[in-house]
Amino acid sequence: MKIKVNGKDQVIDAASLTVTELLKTVKVESPEMVSVQLNGEFLSKEHFANKYVKDADEVDFLYFMAGGIEELPVSEWRK
Amino acid sequence: MNFNEEQIERYSRHIILKDVGVEGQEKMMAGKVLIIGTGGLGAPAALYLAAAGVGVIGLVDADNVELSNLQRQVIHFTPDVNKPKVISAKEKIEAINPDVKVVTYHTKVFSENITGIIKDYDFVIDGTDNFAAKFLINDACVFAAKPFSHGAILRFSGQTITYVPGSTCYRCIFLTPPPTDAVPNCSQAGILGAVAGMLGTIQATEALKFLIKKGELLQNRLLTFDALDMKFREVAVTRNPRCPICGENPSIKKLIDEAQPVCSLKNKNKKT
Repeated sequence: MKIKVNGKDQVIDAASLTVTELLKTVKVESPEMVSVQLNGEFLSKEHFANKYVKDADEVDFLYFMAGGIEELPVSEWRK
Repeated sequence: MNFNEEQIERYSRHIILKDVGVEGQEKMMAGKVLIIGTGGLGAPAALYLAAAGVGVIGLVDADNVELSNLQRQVIHFTPDVNKPKVISAKEKIEAINPDVKVVTYHTKVFSENITGIIKDYDFVIDGTDNFAAKFLINDACVFAAKPFSHGAILRFSGQTITYVPGSTCYRCIFLTPPPTDAVPNCSQAGILGAVAGMLGTIQATEALKFLIKKGELLQNRLLTFDALDMKFREVAVTRNPRCPICGENPSIKKLIDEAQPVCSLKNKNKKT
């Protein structure tokens, strides 16, 4: 499937994936530290495991960020 | 408002801007902006708002200046170490611009005190460094229908969004603070000082735009940037029907103090 992750086209070798699987596939190391927007809709954390991402979907990972404490490696943010 | 000669000269570069003019400058001088956290974000924000002649600037911070703050908290100087940040900042603001009235609150914000502190201001800048304060500021501003700027920074990156009543709020995006045990160790945390300046300056610009009612605020758009490759990204965000505070069935009916990650408690004096 071809999806948009953080505004960039990405081809994923699967017809569909749960949000949890996608987080793993695109190597987000701390899924607890992201909020996920799927096609403009924010998902509750408990839906990460049962919500599917399909071809042409748009996904945004928005990172929890406060400052002064360690949250997310910048290498991960930059994906 | 009649400007004296000195004010006309001081604010001349504002006044000649088509979108500011005498009228816009008057609005800035009649404006009241509260800055919560006089650290990495609040310091540059306060300097620019002072220089712009904002009528009243409120400063909230419970901490004293530490040597490790000076790398980014540009309103505090070396001789200010150990001085309350709000006093140090007040002195600089008054030195920059005697037109500005500064109100200081030498405290942290809690569910019990925040509503009383924000109520007299037109716009609030969140310059805090922890999730408990960020969620509390959001909730208090949503309840009080008070516009505010969310800002956060880490290492080389930053994020900011402006809330106005009716727009997407911080909780629409983030719902609840991350689990406290998800926050890894503190040792690798850090921030490039100039990045704090970039973000705090964006927040000050939003406050000034709000006061003069020009342009488009950063509402319903989360701006994120990574200064390492100097790329900015804007993410369209919409109101969340399941938002616990402004959604269809809000579960938060009164202000709550969220738990602090252990890490930030250990480092409670470390401001962004």
